[in-house]
Amino acid sequence: MKRLGPFRVERVLVPSGAWVLTVSLGAVAAALVAAGMIFWAFGINPLRAYAMIFAGTLADRRAAPEILRQATPLLLGGLGLVLAFRAQFWNIGAEGQLLAGAVAATGVALFTPIPAPWLLPAMFVAGFLGGALWGMLPTLLRLKLEVNEVVSTLMMNYVALFSVEWLIHGPWKGKTAFGFAYTDTFPEAARLALIPGTRVHWPTLVLGIALAGALAFFLGRARLGFEIRVLGENPVAARYAGIDPVRTILLAMVFSAGAAGLAGVGEVAGIHHKLLAPGQVSLGYGYAAIIVAWLARGSPLAAIITALFLGLIYSSGDVMKVTLQMPFRVTDVFNGLILFFLIGSERLLNYRLRWAPGGRPVETADA
Amino acid sequence: MTRAQPPETQTGTPAVEPSELLLLRDVRKTFPGVVANDGVTMAVRAGEVHALLGENGAGKTTLMNVLYGIHQPDSGEIWLRGRQVRIRSPRDALALGIGMVPQHFLLVRRHTVAENVALGLPGPGFIAPARQIEPRIRELADRYGLSVDPRAHIWQLSPSEQQRVEIVKALIRGARLLILDEPTSVLTPQEARGLFEVLRRMKLEGQAVIFISHKLDEVAEIADRVTVMRKGRGVATLPVAETDRHSLARLMVGRDVEFRLRRSARAPDGEAIAVEDLVARNDRGLPALRGISLSVQRGEILGIAGVAGNGQRELVEVITGLRPSTGGRVKVLGRDVTNLSARAVHLAGVAHVPEDRMRMGIVPGMSVAENLVLRDYRHPPFSRGPVMNRQAMGEFARRMISEYEIVTPGPATPTRLLSGGNIQKLILGRELSGQPDVIVAAHPTSGLDVSAAEQIHRLLLKRREEGAAVLLVSEDLDEILALSDRIAVLLSGEIVGVVDTAKSDRERIGLLMMGQRQ
Repeated sequence: MKRLGPFRVERVLVPSGAWVLTVSLGAVAAALVAAGMIFWAFGINPLRAYAMIFAGTLADRRAAPEILRQATPLLLGGLGLVLAFRAQFWNIGAEGQLLAGAVAATGVALFTPIPAPWLLPAMFVAGFLGGALWGMLPTLLRLKLEVNEVVSTLMMNYVALFSVEWLIHGPWKGKTAFGFAYTDTFPEAARLALIPGTRVHWPTLVLGIALAGALAFFLGRARLGFEIRVLGENPVAARYAGIDPVRTILLAMVFSAGAAGLAGVGEVAGIHHKLLAPGQVSLGYGYAAIIVAWLARGSPLAAIITALFLGLIYSSGDVMKVTLQMPFRVTDVFNGLILFFLIGSERLLNYRLRWAPGGRPVETADA
Repeated sequence: MTRAQPPETQTGTPAVEPSELLLLRDVRKTFPGVVANDGVTMAVRAGEVHALLGENGAGKTTLMNVLYGIHQPDSGEIWLRGRQVRIRSPRDALALGIGMVPQHFLLVRRHTVAENVALGLPGPGFIAPARQIEPRIRELADRYGLSVDPRAHIWQLSPSEQQRVEIVKALIRGARLLILDEPTSVLTPQEARGLFEVLRRMKLEGQAVIFISHKLDEVAEIADRVTVMRKGRGVATLPVAETDRHSLARLMVGRDVEFRLRRSARAPDGEAIAVEDLVARNDRGLPALRGISLSVQRGEILGIAGVAGNGQRELVEVITGLRPSTGGRVKVLGRDVTNLSARAVHLAGVAHVPEDRMRMGIVPGMSVAENLVLRDYRHPPFSRGPVMNRQAMGEFARRMISEYEIVTPGPATPTRLLSGGNIQKLILGRELSGQPDVIVAAHPTSGLDVSAAEQIHRLLLKRREEGAAVLLVSEDLDEILALSDRIAVLLSGEIVGVVDTAKSDRERIGLLMMGQRQ
């Protein structure tokens, strides 16, 4: 039995919820400390920097809603990844699937004659299908030819990125864009309602929260959810139970990629009202969604919390840019550090510390 | 992690008889919620094979992990050659001359035998270490009869050869005390005999061997003395010559165990499984079944005996719908199920107790209740349409837990936390709950302790009494003899003989298994 000061280190087989939370928060705290080094390298006192970030986000009544705005695409993308990861399908392509959803929604908004009340619903349906379609190719490659999905979904992100570039510089370039690379703006009927005084397109947010509840029910109670969990945890047992892996993974990925597509619809219909440079449509939400899903540890409801947390980090990027004159991309460093510490802390979940002072005489050098 | 260390060794008064190489005294080791070793004392002499016998979970492996430095004891002493020692890691253990051959081999599959042996060995130089130690491997091989080719790659070797590599690894590191953790579990009976020959030679060289086992026959055959453990305690150390199977079994489980199961005579009525000219390939695409025909009646247990790897797995998988056949037919209860899906075969009334329970039989991370419905989750009452009924699952789980005596904290417990015997009871409960008329059971008691195995046997016999046909595949000839009405012997994908159990004996079946047709 190892000892750590007055504590005894014990192995645990099933970590308690509280311990999972403690370890996760500890990893996030460690990431913040490591990120403090970066502030320090910029010549900014880390404590002051965190104080300013707090003042500029949570404590600022006008800035706080920005957290919700950033959390919206993160939640939708993260929910999709929660499902894919439960099926042990490593979808790293939420970014591309999000862009595909944005493209599909733009196509419907600008080039179809759908009447006003049906236009937004049609855009969401199109966005879901667009994202799902984008996720289909790597899924089929994996199921039929055993192509590693981590690589293929990641590569599909670049295909999506350059496809959007091509569209906005080429065929979809707006007549009213005066040489800028973006499409025409959407008609009024294709724009999402905002919470007044903010940029929070609430219908997307409500959709995300509803989807989180639905997904929690689906995983816990639905037959298909059961099949996805069996397949993810033990594919051999799934074969024995007669679960069709192709059908099951395919359905899981339709939802996973489709949810990312919905996030793309929210961004173009809620914020930009046009399709523009891919780096502006998504600030890397598809990648940050991986952290949302990982932090949530497979729980759709926990993804609501973790999406808000990542939303906070994104909003603090604005503060860092404006107040501290640091590049916005520092948030990527933050996200990277958080993921790094989270994965690194995984092993700790199987151990716990028990207060046991004097359990064994501690030798000291006083003799 | 820092903490003060007591001195490496203490030279005290030799409280041990000089003939005793090793003394474990009052070793106690606890894990959260479990006392694995509760004050175990055990002495091992040089030049003996000392069996450590006990049921699963009796604490044998924990005790040996303490001796090999993998676990630190909470209290207790380890004395080696009259000196008290502290073993903090396997490295310490090896330095003290203690080697271990683990149950699951720790070898680099793509490397050669010599490279695996050289790995981490301080002796050979930087350049071509494997070449330098080849002579030493050959010398050890000659001395103990451990024939291995130092230049062969591990992936080319059978489990028995890999085990020899592990033994060479330990010996070359100077082990004078060798721990073998259930070494025969991966061996055929012939290979086990070869291993025993090696152990006898080691004895003559003055080596000590600790032989972990829960098979009484093996202990009787190879060991000089035996220490029996039960529930974390050492209950007795005896010379093997002065004991017998029944008293050992009594010490092990604390009560008498039936060796001969009472089987009522039953007139088989009606064919339930009919296999005709079945042909199939194995995972590597090579012929595994070469025209198998067999028939099992209702109310009959047909045992499939044979050395592992002669087509048993493929036969079971083809019948249960997990592997396509390339020829022949499988009929179950009068219905042709050839090449139907696993689900369709199950629905046709075939229960399947798979050979690898952790890999195929359960989803380890999911709850007991969920695993209990793994087969029938699609059907009422567990599912209505696309939604599952948690309440029905819970009720079913509680019923199964009490009916099949599954020891678990509750229906919601992750199944991986259950012991092997309880996992197997869960699988049997699930497979037998639908009163199937056909049961295909592969190695249903492998790795289980005596009392769990007995329970499983009783369950299979009960279904037989109720009129089910059972196809029992096992490597344990005793199990086959105890349960089967008839025995078919499988060799190289063919049935080389079918005998009536009542009119047969071990020798005859053993000869058939080894390819001697009458």
